[in-house]
Amino acid sequence: MSSASEPVIRVRGLVNRFGAQIVHDGLDLDVYRGEVLGIVGGSGTGKSVLLRSIVGLNRPAAGTIEVFGQDMGRASAAQREAIEQRWGVLFQDGALFSSMTVAENVGVPIREHYGISGGLLDKITALKVTLVGLPPDAGKKYPSELSGGMRKRAGLARALALDPEIVFLDEPTAGLDPIGAAAFDNLIRELQRNLGLTVFMVTHDLDTLIATCDRIAVLAERKVIVTGTYQDMMAFDHPWVREYFHGPRARAALATAAE
Amino acid sequence: MPGAGFTQAESAEGFRVRPEGRWTVASVAEINAAIRRLKPRGPKVDVELDDLESLDTAGAVVLYHAMRRWRKAGLACQVVGGRESHLDLLRLVTANEKDLAPPPPERHPAVAVLERIGAATAAAAEEARTFVSFIGLVVERVFRIASTPWRFRWTAMVHHMEQTGLNALPIIGLVSFLIGVVMAYQGAVQLRSFGAQIYTVDLLAVSILREFGVLLTAIIVAGRSGSAFTAEIGAMKFREEIDAMRVLGINPVDALVLPRMIALLLTLPVLAFFANVMGLLGGGLLCWATLDISPDVFIDRLSVTKPWHYYTGLIKAPCFAIIIALVGCHEGFQVSGRAESVGRMTTKSVVESIFLVIIVDAGFSILFNVVGV
Repeated sequence: MSSASEPVIRVRGLVNRFGAQIVHDGLDLDVYRGEVLGIVGGSGTGKSVLLRSIVGLNRPAAGTIEVFGQDMGRASAAQREAIEQRWGVLFQDGALFSSMTVAENVGVPIREHYGISGGLLDKITALKVTLVGLPPDAGKKYPSELSGGMRKRAGLARALALDPEIVFLDEPTAGLDPIGAAAFDNLIRELQRNLGLTVFMVTHDLDTLIATCDRIAVLAERKVIVTGTYQDMMAFDHPWVREYFHGPRARAALATAAE
Repeated sequence: MPGAGFTQAESAEGFRVRPEGRWTVASVAEINAAIRRLKPRGPKVDVELDDLESLDTAGAVVLYHAMRRWRKAGLACQVVGGRESHLDLLRLVTANEKDLAPPPPERHPAVAVLERIGAATAAAAEEARTFVSFIGLVVERVFRIASTPWRFRWTAMVHHMEQTGLNALPIIGLVSFLIGVVMAYQGAVQLRSFGAQIYTVDLLAVSILREFGVLLTAIIVAGRSGSAFTAEIGAMKFREEIDAMRVLGINPVDALVLPRMIALLLTLPVLAFFANVMGLLGGGLLCWATLDISPDVFIDRLSVTKPWHYYTGLIKAPCFAIIIALVGCHEGFQVSGRAESVGRMTTKSVVESIFLVIIVDAGFSILFNVVGV
């Protein structure tokens, strides 16, 4: 599945600037169906901006973004809405609606777009809640009653509510303890395999990169300077990439992964 | 949804259900309704998945629960054929379907009503307790600061005096002026009918100086500033800024409550005085315009009214200020983790402070009546 070479997301010549500050300048990126792509880069290199540009929360200054072959810049409102239902987004802190329970949060897109309610909605949301590894009674809780890790899982359950084909994850393991982060890595990998997801992940976590990502794209100098596997990164000659993938933390992460 | 559903067939050896088309979240509502109406008979049900075009988790949930119902009804239910990916999804759903804890048993409606009354009473008692303890906390800090006045946040106090006092002048002046006009007009209409229009001045003096000036000011300030106190402190609580203060060794009461309370304590009497002046001005102008009571006569008449009318009004102002500041700040500290909680507490703070202001005003009326002023 992951070897299919059909790009589901094609970014070409993306330019983003905020005032005088240029974040992206002619950025190109392909995301292939069924892969887990990790986006890394130093602070301020525009990883989150790239994610927000693709999902339409940020209007790029120039460039094209194609999702499922549809140019998002030229899509009509209806086409955009149809595509939006084929992806799910997990924000950094879950971005759950604080006035709703977890189950209600997960049910929001299902109810909103398909008008499903009552017992069937309860059954579907209960499944999503257990699917992301939350205990069944977590569905009745409010986001403020959950730990950070549970909030992320709940956010993931909401992102998965409509069985999306692409899932965008913004720093999924940031703020989790190593055990929780490792469990979340496994969960992403497992769900990706079981549901055939394409995963676009912004992360800083080297363990996550090793454990879950098929490919890695490095943002630096306002574009994607290299994409490839972890091994490719190790061989790539660029000061930042070398420092990142050969630093003490990277060595430690590799050592753990090798065990 | 075209081509989403199932066909059924019955034969000697049992029932056959053939799901077909797209069993996805877009169509599961109808499929679910249809499959719940299906009452298979016979010893066994075969679910044949070969015609199934696509299946997502929502569709799998519907299929899983249908099969579960039939099994519970004593039928032997099995899946026949189907794509590997669909079977995988069905397995995933089966593996993750944990039985939810049974819902709490239905209570008798009367019990439920009693329970709500009890819970509301307990919550009200708890809130009264926290409010009293908050008052205690503030009083303790007032004495602490009084002994070390250089530690009081004078800049913050001046800022809040500007916010709650200076910036409130236009609205309070306008409202009081209009109320003065209305009072004078209503009084004049009644009193003129028996030739006692000169007493309109007394009516104005008593009603505005004793009650309306200060009460209107307090209500406007509760709406403007009490709500702002709750929202400001509530937002800080929500974003853990209050916790940050605590761990930095800053007492939140010193930093947030005392400057606001002292500022309001100083500005509300001034605002009430301003409201009195504007109210009398409005009333006086109306008397001049419609009753031919000239400003000279008006002031003469005003100066023979008892000065206690004026004092009784202004005595209440500091009390109202403390009520509004305490309630506003206290509700701010009650904000919890949800975004809506800031809004709810702000509403509550305004309603409670206006309510308490009116209650205390009534108490003052009784007190002044008893002491005869």
